[in-house]
Amino acid sequence: MRVQTADFEVGAEIAALTAGRSDIGAVVTFTGRMRADNAGQPVAGMTLEHYPGMTESELERVEAEAQARWPLQASLIVHRVGTLRPGDNIVLVVTASRHRQAAFSAAEFLMDYLKTKAPFWKKEIGADGRAAWVDARPSDDEAAGRWRRPPAREG
Amino acid sequence: MRVKLLYFAWVREKTGRDEEQVELPAGIKTVAELIAWLQQQGPEYAEAFRRSEVIRAAIDRRHAPPGASIAGASEIAFFPPVTGG
Repeated sequence: MRVQTADFEVGAEIAALTAGRSDIGAVVTFTGRMRADNAGQPVAGMTLEHYPGMTESELERVEAEAQARWPLQASLIVHRVGTLRPGDNIVLVVTASRHRQAAFSAAEFLMDYLKTKAPFWKKEIGADGRAAWVDARPSDDEAAGRWRRPPAREG
Repeated sequence: MRVKLLYFAWVREKTGRDEEQVELPAGIKTVAELIAWLQQQGPEYAEAFRRSEVIRAAIDRRHAPPGASIAGASEIAFFPPVTGG
């Protein structure tokens, strides 16, 4: 888990995570990138603020939860902060497992959970130069909610 | 009780500060009671905490619901719903 202003390189991160490992049969990556539009409006840039200390502990917590739910050989979250422009990378999730299903599911889980738990806030700068905080989306809560464990069966 | 308060995103902008040490009066036991007290601390706080239903809190860097006890907390943060990823 890393929080950084610098960009990341997906290939280099996969290589570092899998170096010397012959037990990993599947690697899934998700890269979140900044678009030049949001809700039909052009976006010129964005600043990402976070809560140093809590961010890291929340990301560690969601990674530990993913490791507990799926048989993962390795995982990584990299999230950028600071000033970003359209086309820039924002977030990287990498999951590695023996077989693909765990890696696919865990990658989705990590993204859904970090979007609702990790203390980051986006402020967008419009084409007119005006800045506005991005509102949280109910659809993100719904996406995270589908990972709630089903109630234990009776009997 | 002396506690460090932190503010992020538009809560930070509206209060005009990112953190402060405050001495809380006795009787404030929960996050919701602390928000109600903060609303009384001046016009900038009243504005920052006006929509208290959308304010999220963390006690010692863990998410905390409005009813959570603040007893023993050393750091309490207030912020809008998170928008990372």
